[in-house]
Order: sequence, then structure tokens, then C-alpha cells
Amino acid sequence: MHHFRAPDARRFITASLMIGIAFVIFGASFGVLSVSAGASVAQSCTLSLLVFTGASQMSAVSVLASGGTIASAFGGAVLLSGRNAVYGLAMSPVLKEGSMASRLLGAQWVIDETTAIVSAETDPATRRTAFWISGAILYASWNIGTLLGALVGSSINPSDFGLDAAFPVMFTAMIAPHLRTSAGRKAALFGAIAAVALAPFMPIGLPILVSALGMLFGISPTISEPTATTDGAP
Amino acid sequence: MSWTFVLALAVCAYGLKLLGAVIIGQREMPLVVQRCLLLIPAALLAGLIAKDTFTTGQSYAIDARAAGLAVAVLATWRKLPFVVVIVAGVGTTALIRVFV
Repeated sequence: MHHFRAPDARRFITASLMIGIAFVIFGASFGVLSVSAGASVAQSCTLSLLVFTGASQMSAVSVLASGGTIASAFGGAVLLSGRNAVYGLAMSPVLKEGSMASRLLGAQWVIDETTAIVSAETDPATRRTAFWISGAILYASWNIGTLLGALVGSSINPSDFGLDAAFPVMFTAMIAPHLRTSAGRKAALFGAIAAVALAPFMPIGLPILVSALGMLFGISPTISEPTATTDGAP
Repeated sequence: MSWTFVLALAVCAYGLKLLGAVIIGQREMPLVVQRCLLLIPAALLAGLIAKDTFTTGQSYAIDARAAGLAVAVLATWRKLPFVVVIVAGVGTTALIRVFV
């Protein structure tokens, strides 16, 4: 469906495999924690296959694992996936060339990393090559990792291996690129304070939704235009 | 976790991707909306980090997870690879559990 130029293809395969290694590890950690939070192996794998946006999946499992309500786990996860709509705007010219079927598949692969890899290119043909190669490799990596983790997760106690710290540790790696702007830092500070300060007074999971109000720092115009911001974690 | 939850989340997450990539496409989405949507990860991930590190249920707790987070923050700040950040953070928490 697309003609890839070999030197470009090789470059994107290498770049995607580097991120793919991290995806396998992130995915495996997600799989372990998802199963230990009460999801089945099949449910964990379905989340990775059909949701395919790491922060949302982890957020949902994190809230459920700490005893939060289903509604708050759901709300946080959906809010977190809202940014993919914005990335989609930037990716639409890349997808427009293909058939409707390829656009529907491609839409599923619009995440932080594919957007970041494609945004670094200017030539339309190169951008298409970058998108389809990185999308396929990262989708495979994330799902392989999830399956491995979910299978292991049913036979271990995560906290014996420090894996209960895996969520905050992974979120730390994922948030870094979002702290490059001052609006991002303000939003993060607000989010952290809200989550801790409100914890004793609200049902579990609800303070996280209050944290999301930090997005309102985006109302005041900043110098930087919105762009995709990460290069490494799902 | 229920299948309803799994499938509803799948529909919403994919729907948002479709909305941007196929439905709205190159037509307009107000910049203010774009800026706010892109700030959600900073706000929400920071909230999740704080919750997962310093609370257990509705009460406060400072334990081995805080040490793991500190190591992860340091490793991220030093721009170490993701794999190193995860292994160092999780490993620190595990080691403290074993020896303390």
C-alpha cells in the first residue's frame, strides 16, 4: 500500500526498535499490575490491543488497584487519552493518502511516540514511511510486553519485586517531556498537590480527576504552540 | 475488572483518536482546546505519581516507594534511558523491602 525507500525505512526501524524495547518493558509492567489489580490475562491484552495508549491504561489500573471507583478510573483514563485527538490533527495529512481501511487502522496508532517520530520529518512520503513503520513496531512491542507481563503477573506478588513502585516510576519517565513548558510545570504542580491534599477527604480516585483541572492553565495563551512532546514511553 | 469497562474504554480511546485523525482532520480545533488537552498528561500524571507514592487508600504513607520515586526522578533528570529509570526505581523499592 505504500512504497518505502530503503534508507529511510532502515532508519525508522532502528529508531522504533529502540523505543520498542522500552515499550516491551513498560507493557510487561502494565501486564503484571493489571492482572494483580484484578483483570484477567485476556482483559489486560484486550486493553493493550484496543485502547493502545499506555498512560490511560496505567491510570485506569492504578486507580482500580488502590480501590478507586470504576467511574473515576474510567474518567481519568479517558481524559488522558484526549491528547491523542490533538495528535490526530497533525497526523491526518499522513493518513489521508490511504484507503479508509488504512485510515481506520492508522488512527489506532496515533500516540505520543509515532507523532513525535513523524513530526521530526518534513517530506510527505518520508512521513508516511515513518508513521507506518513506527506504528507497527510499537504496537507489536506494547502488546508482546503486555502478554508476557500478564502471564507472569498471575504467579507473582508484585510488591515483592518493588513493582508497586512501577507506576510512579513509569509515570515519572512519561511526564518528563511534558514539563518542558512553564504551563506544563504549573499543571503538574497543581495536579500533584490536589492528589495528595484531597486524598483523605474524597473517595479514592476522585482527587485524580481534580488534578486534571490543571489543564486549565492552557486557557491563558503561551508562546509555544501545541506539539507532540514525548519520545520514549507509551 | 469488567468487560464492559474494558470495551467502553476501548471505544472512548479509539473514538478520540478517530476524532482527531479522521473526523476533524485538517479542519479547525480551537487552539485553546488543543493547549488544554495537551496539558492533561502533566496534570494527571503528576497527580497519579503523588497518589501512588504518598498515599495508601485514603491515608498518607511514606515507605519504600518514595525512595524508588526519588531514584527514578534523579535518573530521569540525568536523562538516563527509560529502561534504566524503571529498573533503578523499581529495584530500589525492592531492595529496601528486602533489607529494611
